[in-house]
Amino acid sequence: MKVWIAQPLRSYTGERHVVEATGATLGALLGDLERQFPGIRFRMIDEQDRVRRHMRVFVNREPIEDLALPLAPGDEVHIFQALTGG
Amino acid sequence: MNVDLLVATRKGAWILRGDAARERFALDGPHFLGHELHHVVLDRRDGRTLLAAAKTGHLGPTLFRSTDQGRSWKEALRPPAFRKAREGEVAKAVDHVFWLEPGHASEPDVWYAGSSPEGLFRSEDGGVCWEPVAGFNDHPRNAEWTPIEKVGTPDGTLLHSIQIDPRDPRHLYISLSGHAGGTLESVDGGRDWRPMNAGHLALFQPEPYPEYGQDPHCMRLHPQAPDVLWMQSHCGIYRLVRPDTTWQRVGEQMPVEIGDIGFPIALHPRDPERVWVFPMDGTDVWPRTSPGGRPAVYETRDAGKSWLRRDQGLPREQAWFTVRRQAMTCDARDPVGLYFGTTAGEVWGSADEGASWRCLARHLPQIHAIEAAEFAA
Repeated sequence: MKVWIAQPLRSYTGERHVVEATGATLGALLGDLERQFPGIRFRMIDEQDRVRRHMRVFVNREPIEDLALPLAPGDEVHIFQALTGG
Repeated sequence: MNVDLLVATRKGAWILRGDAARERFALDGPHFLGHELHHVVLDRRDGRTLLAAAKTGHLGPTLFRSTDQGRSWKEALRPPAFRKAREGEVAKAVDHVFWLEPGHASEPDVWYAGSSPEGLFRSEDGGVCWEPVAGFNDHPRNAEWTPIEKVGTPDGTLLHSIQIDPRDPRHLYISLSGHAGGTLESVDGGRDWRPMNAGHLALFQPEPYPEYGQDPHCMRLHPQAPDVLWMQSHCGIYRLVRPDTTWQRVGEQMPVEIGDIGFPIALHPRDPERVWVFPMDGTDVWPRTSPGGRPAVYETRDAGKSWLRRDQGLPREQAWFTVRRQAMTCDARDPVGLYFGTTAGEVWGSADEGASWRCLARHLPQIHAIEAAEFAA
């Protein structure tokens, strides 16, 4: 399925803003992203499997925090940075 | 050999490339523009390996590693992280790595890292992969020493000042700044820890001399006299000579109008009675600025019995910066070179042990840390 990658994470994806990844759950999909782009997962998901405070994950345009969420072929995943500054 | 300065700032890292005479310095950078760098450190054992602790406003923490004097960097494969919490446990996550410390000379690939919130981590492969130090992070008293609270320093609650006895790799010290805090000692390689805070004042606690709960801003062990520990604290300047375990406040001889509050402390590399501090205004509502807007380094040559003001070349008035706990350091030359970085993004240096100062760089972001580095040829 297609995954839209937030700008701060594109150094991991060779500057690609959309990549393909697979997984039966959101957690599995993030694992596939990590396999393809080592280091990317820990920058957006902490060691307790929580989406980091200033990151946002949307599945089919719904904000998602639960990595156990099942995914189906054709789902769209967007990873954004939250509005923050300073 | 040249002296370079590793400058970690709120918006990236710079390397001030110096010449052998320490006369000319040129800025190399930014490295990691937009990342917040809390510490960039050269491995003094090999003179080659650099580690940089980084995060951004959005992304989680990580470490970068270089073995070519900062020309290229590679991210750690497994950055410092707490273990996954068990059911019912407080689930801690590293917000940022705050302190990096190369290990003992006999363990050439070992590094330690301290984080916010307070965690201790160890690498045995030169900083590529990191593991939590269970002896501290899972210590039966860890929850007392590192309670989860909203309060902390502006950088959060911190584990810092990791110091290793050059005579014994199992003998470690760490300091904590948070809701609790204080200095702890381990004599078994980090498996067990005990507070070591007798004599260290905590004016912000109901009990002024508690077992733990002080706020040591920066604690350093003398590399050639490792029984001598120096500390710049929230509540004064202290010295401890082991095997004694009671800190002696030695900042009370500072001028009354200056006081002995500050963040950093730099130790003379050869003389354990000689240190430099950078006082800040800790009166009234704690402005945390240079006292009176007149910045100065203070030096003692007699273990704190007397203090000398060292401000030649520094601004005479209306200069309100201060210097954070990792942002003052020295090289190992003779005479010693001293360096500090300010919250206003300036780097100041002295090639004559503090007798005179000049600005080496300005207009950088807020400086968190400076380390002097002499790279191997």
